[in-house]
Amino acid sequence: MAAHIGSTQRPKSLMISFLIIAIMVAGGTAAAMVLRNPIHCILALTVSFAGIAALYLKLGAQFVGFTQIMVYVGAVAILAVFAIMMTQSRRIPVAGIFSRNASVGLFTASAVFAVLGWAILSQPGNGPAVQNTSVSVQQIGGSLMHEYVLPLEIVGLLLTAALIGAVVIAMDRKEDAE
Amino acid sequence: MTQTVDQIFVLGKHWLLEYVPIAAKPIVSAVLSVIPIMVAFPLLFAITTWLERKGLGRMQNRLGPNRTGPMGLWQPIADGIKSLTKEDIVPLTADHVVHFLAPLLLVAAAFLAYAVLPVGRNMVLVNLDAGVLFFFAVGSVVELAVFMAGWSSRSKYSLLGAMRAIAQMISYEVPLVLATVAVIMQSGTLSTVEIVERQAGYTGLLPHWYVFTPWGILGFILFMIAATAESNRSPFDLPEGESEIIAGYYIEYSGFKFALFFLGEYLGMFATSGIAITLFLGGWSAPLSVLTFIPSWIWFFAKLLVLICIFIWIRGTLPRLRMDQLMSFAWEFILPMALINMFVAGVWHFMASGFVRWIACATLVIVPCVVLSALLKRKKKLQLRTYSFAE
Repeated sequence: MAAHIGSTQRPKSLMISFLIIAIMVAGGTAAAMVLRNPIHCILALTVSFAGIAALYLKLGAQFVGFTQIMVYVGAVAILAVFAIMMTQSRRIPVAGIFSRNASVGLFTASAVFAVLGWAILSQPGNGPAVQNTSVSVQQIGGSLMHEYVLPLEIVGLLLTAALIGAVVIAMDRKEDAE
Repeated sequence: MTQTVDQIFVLGKHWLLEYVPIAAKPIVSAVLSVIPIMVAFPLLFAITTWLERKGLGRMQNRLGPNRTGPMGLWQPIADGIKSLTKEDIVPLTADHVVHFLAPLLLVAAAFLAYAVLPVGRNMVLVNLDAGVLFFFAVGSVVELAVFMAGWSSRSKYSLLGAMRAIAQMISYEVPLVLATVAVIMQSGTLSTVEIVERQAGYTGLLPHWYVFTPWGILGFILFMIAATAESNRSPFDLPEGESEIIAGYYIEYSGFKFALFFLGEYLGMFATSGIAITLFLGGWSAPLSVLTFIPSWIWFFAKLLVLICIFIWIRGTLPRLRMDQLMSFAWEFILPMALINMFVAGVWHFMASGFVRWIACATLVIVPCVVLSALLKRKKKLQLRTYSFAE
């Protein structure tokens, strides 16, 4: 089966770009598991987010790729960084690179990887044949507005509710103070 | 003849490419497209620093740089040599790797944004299907670079500056994107090249730019306000307010790394102005139909220089806002107006073109603007300022 995967004919440059992306994703995630300083872990994880975005772009999914950068690199990483700084700013270690329980982290990461890899490899026929379908952003917008307009509205409603909830929590209650 | 001058850079690239073996063509072609961007915009940065110091000097009743070269024109070169020869000081407790990477990431993200900017006819690095989305995605990386700089310095001033900068960038990114959405609704595409093409053509003398519609002019103003805040410029320069937190997130940087932050900030400003030109000011097209003989790239850079001069003018005119003023301005005025603008753009799209549409949409823009500002003014309870600790 391994020979079958390797035998697919791809230009060499595509292989090289895939290798770079794979190193970015895997290296970033591994670093996030073993580094000591939580902020470093977030930054390492951001590298792997960017790598995944690059992978989406390589597969021709522009919209998903750019959204990945916008949401994960631009928002989730900042949010995570803020969360760490608000909760444990005093406990951020200054010395040392690797976490004390780096081995546990590495073990967890490799275990998850093994399970995922096994699940993919045991799939009969190794997944569907690759169809080179590049979906334009216009098509995505069209299907969101016509076919999937109800789910879109429901998601919008949910997000609005979450926003209002956040505002209510953050509001200082004047009655309590008096 | 005019066409040759207009396409001179494109033709030059094709001419050079003929001397390259076929195997190396894609990579050489990419390099040949990237180099002009890497040269032109830093050069523009050098000119802008001189222009800004001269302009601000003029506004503040002084001379500005006048020692190096005629009218101080070699000042940017002197500045460059100075920052190259300065000692690179890194604080002892700083996080060295992150401290080193932050300015690089900032400049790299700023340069990436130029990939989708059409600087002339057929002069765009990549015509992405989702170009505008790419621009904002790359722009969001800047926030991370700012955080890295502020946090890794292990200085309270840096961290405060970074926090202010991130809060400001996140707040003003919303109106920035919403003002863009109105244009996308009208043009029906996310590709920067196609947005420029939709604004082509002239009625008599005047072009069909989006800025000449009610929603376009409001969108343009909102976009430029948000762009000023995004690039941390006065009156929104709280993240680096010299009198408050010295220099904000890059206070612990010296020498060329400091210059890189400076470069990144200005490159970001040029890129956002360039996108504003693309979205509202018709990109590289000429402002009057009789002026189309002038090459497209000259028009783009002329518009860019005009916007830069407006930025400098505003910096010399307005005082710095307070943090609460900054936030309430973003969330109470700019954001509702951007939402109303999207609605007006929708109305514009579905009404039959003509004089009635113009009047209706202009009313829909002006009335909410006046009402909202009147409401906010009443809430603020303006009165004489009383000082607690000074008299």
